[in-house]
Amino acid sequence: MEMAGSVPKPSNPMWLLAEITYKCPLHCVFCYNPIDYTRYGPELDTDGWLKVLREGRELGCTQLGFSGGEPLMRDDLEILIAEARRLGYYSNLITSGIGLTEKRIAAFKEAGLDHIQLSFQDSTREMNDWLSSTKTFELKKRVAELIQKYDYPMVLNCVLHRHNIDHVEQILEMAEQLGAEYVELANTQYYAWAFENKEQLLPSRDQLQRAEAVTNRFRERVGAAMKVYFVVPDYHADRPKACMNGWGSLFITVTSDGVVLPCHEARMLPGLTFPNVREHDMRWIWYDSPAFNAYRGDAWMQEPCRTCPEKEKDFGGCRCQAFMLTGDATNADPVCELSPFHHVVTAAVEKADRPTLAPDVKPIVFRDDRNSRLLSAKTKDPAGVA
Amino acid sequence: MAQPNRVPFDHDAVLALAKYYRFQWEPVQDCHVLLYPEGQVQLRGGAGEIMKRVDGARSLNAIVADLQATFPDAPDLRADVVDFLEVAHGNGWIRPQTV
Repeated sequence: MEMAGSVPKPSNPMWLLAEITYKCPLHCVFCYNPIDYTRYGPELDTDGWLKVLREGRELGCTQLGFSGGEPLMRDDLEILIAEARRLGYYSNLITSGIGLTEKRIAAFKEAGLDHIQLSFQDSTREMNDWLSSTKTFELKKRVAELIQKYDYPMVLNCVLHRHNIDHVEQILEMAEQLGAEYVELANTQYYAWAFENKEQLLPSRDQLQRAEAVTNRFRERVGAAMKVYFVVPDYHADRPKACMNGWGSLFITVTSDGVVLPCHEARMLPGLTFPNVREHDMRWIWYDSPAFNAYRGDAWMQEPCRTCPEKEKDFGGCRCQAFMLTGDATNADPVCELSPFHHVVTAAVEKADRPTLAPDVKPIVFRDDRNSRLLSAKTKDPAGVA
Repeated sequence: MAQPNRVPFDHDAVLALAKYYRFQWEPVQDCHVLLYPEGQVQLRGGAGEIMKRVDGARSLNAIVADLQATFPDAPDLRADVVDFLEVAHGNGWIRPQTV
């Protein structure tokens, strides 16, 4: 039992997320990359990433995610995968599949890549093209075939939102035709680009219930042949998620320019300076840096979290969501119905429950360099930019 | 916690790790682990010793014999090995190879 106000000694991190580049050929409106990515410093070079992999492994990370942006945009990915395998990571590639040729997947297999998660926008070409602003659908079919040919488990991830959630049945049928073994239907989490587009993307309660019912019927039909995970958007919940299993508890993220974060969104938080691997080693960053200790334990908590019996379970929810919706990262995540700011979330859901988008909803913003530069003006100075 | 899902199998069948699983020693955790997509299981003590012998060449019977030879002072280990490997099989960590 931790004493109230104490900062417990953290255990080692298990998960290293390497966001090796923010370059991406897609322009997804729900992207969780930071909206101001265009003003970050240069990407770590190959040696920089090799150092991250070594230090992460020494810290005890076993799971490694190569993510982005689109990680296939880096032509040294094969080198990083080989080193990850040599060090003993279980390596996961999180990709849209754009740039995945047979030559590359053969090289990844040879280098020891363990797992590929393919993101999939929608099953109808029109919606897919609208959502990602580029013609990717045929390519995903080809990539799915390559994934199977090279004996990887077929794992699809599809981000759901107001404009595609009514297509869940077609999405699942398409996944079945592609031979998917695991499908994650992940409702959009409202951070970064998705936060900018929240009113456009948040589904109504009706839509959500229909999609869950369709998913359950599909599960009954396919049985064990395909595992389908349905992740409910937390705006529709009354208790917050145990975000990242607690700040600085299991997850460590390194961004393309070498800044190290307890989660991939945390860079937006004010008052914290996130260290860079160019200046510090990962052990100091994980155990000793002020940023990683800022929200460990419960000394930082306010009421109602501070005396809440559930604080050991959900850690007060998400610091970034608390900051975005209440202006103070030490508040309870307002998804919680015990939060004095919970009305902010319920108001958003009520607005989404209207059959058509309200006239004051602003146009959708695609994730691209131009929009990133425009949006940068309203964000804080990024940490760790030289 | 759900009840462990035990699935019996032929004790003469050669055992291999299931596809996509990897078994290794983790110095930081001070135990063996089984790694799989986006997760891991810690296998402490005896569980690690058993899993170390799931190598695509040995059957459950051969694993018991090898453990008894390696730990001559231990009591009869068969029941423990059966317990653990049936749960491992039920969890999809290992696959018996049918000849």
